[in-house]
Amino acid sequence: MEFDVLVDVRLRGGIADPAGATIERALPALGYDGVTRVSVGKTVRFTMEAADEAEAVARAGDLCSSFLTNPVIEDAEVTVRPVAE
Amino acid sequence: MMATTVGVVVFPGTNCEMDAVVAVEGLGGSARLLWHGDDDLSGVDAVIVPGGFAHGDYLRPGAIARFSPMMGAVDRFAADGGPVVGICNGFQVLTEAGLLPGALQKNRGLKFLCQPTTLRVETADSVLTGSASVGAELSVPINHFEGNYTCDDETLARLRDEDRIVLRYVDNPNGSVDHIAAVCNEGRNVVGLMPHPERACDELLGSADGAVLVSSFLAA
Repeated sequence: MEFDVLVDVRLRGGIADPAGATIERALPALGYDGVTRVSVGKTVRFTMEAADEAEAVARAGDLCSSFLTNPVIEDAEVTVRPVAE
Repeated sequence: MMATTVGVVVFPGTNCEMDAVVAVEGLGGSARLLWHGDDDLSGVDAVIVPGGFAHGDYLRPGAIARFSPMMGAVDRFAADGGPVVGICNGFQVLTEAGLLPGALQKNRGLKFLCQPTTLRVETADSVLTGSASVGAELSVPINHFEGNYTCDDETLARLRDEDRIVLRYVDNPNGSVDHIAAVCNEGRNVVGLMPHPERACDELLGSADGAVLVSSFLAA
């Protein structure tokens, strides 16, 4: 089976996020008040072959922790779903 | 005595390899470039992983570089006690490769920093500082956006207890935890630092204070 995998990578709490901080600082000047906790991460999407959803989740999780994120500074949320026929 | 032969690793996007070669040769060593796709370290006495943007810094600095065949060879070389230093992007590569603890996050203050900094030597027990004096202050430039060293509290406590913080910034321009500019591994033969000692080995460049570090490395 083929699965679409979406990896949402975020900086862990306490890790500097200059992009998020810069965007947040610019918002009042653009007229957007009351927007806080801006954070900028990245997403990685790919398609993966696996026997079933459990295997796809496990393999995507391994890939995520061994390569796509650095656990010292980043967390990730992995979403797996079967490719629509 | 034969001159120390230093292998300087070159990834696609590395751009400080010649700075390292010139510094090594100027201090009496010999240098050889090592392409990242090769894995032969024969005849090499020490390894420098230099600065730049290995593999374009895509995903994260150092994230892809650590999978290059040469890094497997460097890992084995380091495990056998061979001297290895990672400078700037090379430090990022060594942390991603698991040869050094911690990670380099973006600078506090949102700025790319390119300026001289003052470093304090914290231990002479490392391949980079064997000829330096503890407490000495050295003027060495930095040139980075992701140089803000971070690690968890437990790792920081170990680094302190085991005297593995090799250099500290006097004014901490990038916000590094505990002002850390350089750390070493447990064996003290692998050192990573964000500042560029190879760019401070001649008074013509504004400082020759980096020479004691490069010379220490050649003698390690």
